Amino acid sequence: MSLSFAPPPPSPAAEALRAEVRDFLKREMPDLGPRDRLDPWSNWDESFSRKLAAQGWIGMTWPKQYGGHERSAFERYVVIEELLAAGAPVGAHWIADRQSGPSLIRFGTEAQRQAILPRIAAGECYFCIGMSEPDSGSDLAAARTRATAVQGGYLVNGTKVWTSGAHRANFMILFCKTDAKSDDRHAGASQFLVDMQTPGIEVRPIIDMKGGHHFNEVVFKDVLLPEEALLGKLGDGWRQVTGELAYERSGPERFLSSFALLVELVRAIGPDPSDRAAEAIGRLSAHILTLRRLSRSIAGMLEAGQDPAIEAAVVKDMGNVLEQEIPEIARLVIAAEPDLGSAEGYAAVLAQTVMSAPSFSLRGGTREILRGMIARGLGLR
Amino acid sequence: MSETSDLLRATAERLFADHLHKETHEAAEAGTWPAALWAAVEESGLAGAMTPEAAGGAGLEASDALVVLNVAGHARLPLPLAETMIAGHLLGRAGLKVAAGPLTIAPAAGGAFAARRQGAGWWIEGEAARVPWARHAAGLVLLADSPDGPVLALVNPDQVSLRPGTNLASEPRDTITIAATLDAGVVAPSPVDAAGLRRLGAAMRTAQIAGAVRFLLDLTIDYVNTRVQFGKPIGRFQAIQHMLAVMAEHSAAAEAALGLAADGLDAGRPVLVAAAKARAGEAAGQAAAIAHQAHGAIGFTREYDLHRASRRLWAWRDEFGNEAEWQRVVGRAAVAAGADDLWTFLTAA
Ligand SMILES: Cc1cc2nc3c(=O)[nH]c(=O)nc-3n(C[C@H](O)[C@H](O)[C@H](O)COP(=O)(O)OP(=O)(O)OC[C@H]3O[C@@H](n4cnc5c(N)ncnc54)[C@H](O)[C@@H]3O)c2cc1C
Repeated sequence: MSLSFAPPPPSPAAEALRAEVRDFLKREMPDLGPRDRLDPWSNWDESFSRKLAAQGWIGMTWPKQYGGHERSAFERYVVIEELLAAGAPVGAHWIADRQSGPSLIRFGTEAQRQAILPRIAAGECYFCIGMSEPDSGSDLAAARTRATAVQGGYLVNGTKVWTSGAHRANFMILFCKTDAKSDDRHAGASQFLVDMQTPGIEVRPIIDMKGGHHFNEVVFKDVLLPEEALLGKLGDGWRQVTGELAYERSGPERFLSSFALLVELVRAIGPDPSDRAAEAIGRLSAHILTLRRLSRSIAGMLEAGQDPAIEAAVVKDMGNVLEQEIPEIARLVIAAEPDLGSAEGYAAVLAQTVMSAPSFSLRGGTREILRGMIARGLGLR
Repeated sequence: MSETSDLLRATAERLFADHLHKETHEAAEAGTWPAALWAAVEESGLAGAMTPEAAGGAGLEASDALVVLNVAGHARLPLPLAETMIAGHLLGRAGLKVAAGPLTIAPAAGGAFAARRQGAGWWIEGEAARVPWARHAAGLVLLADSPDGPVLALVNPDQVSLRPGTNLASEPRDTITIAATLDAGVVAPSPVDAAGLRRLGAAMRTAQIAGAVRFLLDLTIDYVNTRVQFGKPIGRFQAIQHMLAVMAEHSAAAEAALGLAADGLDAGRPVLVAAAKARAGEAAGQAAAIAHQAHGAIGFTREYDLHRASRRLWAWRDEFGNEAEWQRVVGRAAVAAGADDLWTFLTAA
């Protein structure tokens, strides 16, 4: 069985929007150096999120009754790819816009939607993802954090880890066990909508190897969640989480993390490239063009209500390979010792990319897990 | 791409399934022209897919015609279907009569022709290497330089002398030499220059490569699900699973490249065709290597079907420009756009 990627249909409305986004970026883009444009969905800037919201560019595809704008998946695609390519700091609202909001729309109660979606769309409510644990990374089903039904709600105990933005997010979507006895590894888990202000939640910073504070350990100690915090059906957590994967893995952020370096590489090469430099830029550009086509094709499938989880894994894995190749190729075309403190744009962004690159094929599902999924999708058991 | 392309895909798949058998492949590899197969293809009208309607063809857009070549690549079709399509397309656009039968185009891989007016007709001379299927062509479409600019000439097989050669897949790639006078009626200003012809060839090979890569993927999935070692199908080993996942990625990328090539031709964006052949060429080598590794020794035999796709892929990735050639085209255009407009360049509709 081979995978099928229908050609992305033309979308004139989306192309019209592209010009608007570019104008907006010319006016409103914060003044950032090249290294601050790398991996832009890791960069948190709440005032920028609110400006985007004012344009109607958060929650774009959601129903108007929840503060959304009922635009097509292609229009959203154009907005996010333009923001990412420009290196705009979209990290604050990224998770909420990409997956938490859509999860609430699919699985949330009316009260949950009313309470939260308009705030996300206004650019003032941010989310984090509570899936990984110290003993449960790739093997998500092995999660041990547990919510026990008690009088008035659920009592949560356990530890989440690598939680990006937990120290700034308003809410977490927590994945945890709700049924200790179930034999089926995938049954007995549920999702909760957790207000990060709930007593008993402790967020401890984990400093990454670049010295930045991006992810955290989140400890739950007898945290009492109200009954209304349950997201979706009790025991349906596994199905709900896997239903998000296509959204989470197919977007342009999965192949544009290193784009800022490619831009600086082109600048450093200048207008008269050697054959070798032209080949390097040509190859990377050809890869971006094909990935973008595949990624837009998935946007079309999502718009049509399909669940292209395997196709999304293809885009993410190939995209991560490309993102990781960019620094390896760049450093041999334009030699420079990578230097985070350099005033030279190229040496600084090279340094930043080299040190960020390992995470690209870990976060959001490791390369090995994705390849396993793809193989199963091909009919290998 | 559309309902038309779905229909074309189904038609081509059925046609090749009915008329292309193991014996057909073996005979073609031994040098026999598959006349019955060609007759069926010509009868179906697919050979004239890109020939303008006014010239008696189907006048399809590149996006639809490339679908047919994609299926042909999957079938390892031993015929100059791509070359006949290009030839018909160019002859029709030039206002020349489109000859019946299999056609080819030159130069394809080096060489040149020069033409000048002579009396009421033309004089043409020159040589071209590795012309696809030349020995079986009923007509050869030559692109020649002339004092009036590039011209297209339709010449008969008996007007050229021919030195046979083949590509890695045993497909004819012949050197042709010509020094002849031609009637004015078979020469016209060319709708494309040499770069344009090379681009058409590159787009066709991209489509064929995508098809052959998909064939390898299908074949290899079947194989690893049936071949048993250590008591289980080898497809259960994670190392094999990951190899196949990478192969599926290259297959997806090659199909996407086909889409870029089609858009590039239909919308007149040469850079997209260049990117397409560059990416597809890479997929060709990677997919062939993985398919062979996953098959073990059986894949290295003449008997087993794998080589019919892998040898074609190794040939096609170098025909009408290898990856480096097309990467340079894309890279120079990107650098000319400049760092601050790199993204605009990549997204230009
Ligand atoms: C920058 C960053 C941000 C992150 N943000 C979040 C977040 O916000 N929320 C969150 O929940 N998580 C987050 N993560 C965690 C991420 O999801 C995990 O790192 C990932 O799922 C892998 O888990 P692990 O790190 O425990 O590695 P492990 O699962 O222990 O894997 C270690 C190695 O073993 C391999 N491996 C594991 N199982 C198999 C197998 N079955 N077959 C073959 N190989 C295997 C893996 O591929 C990997 O190479 C983040 C990670 C990073 C790096």
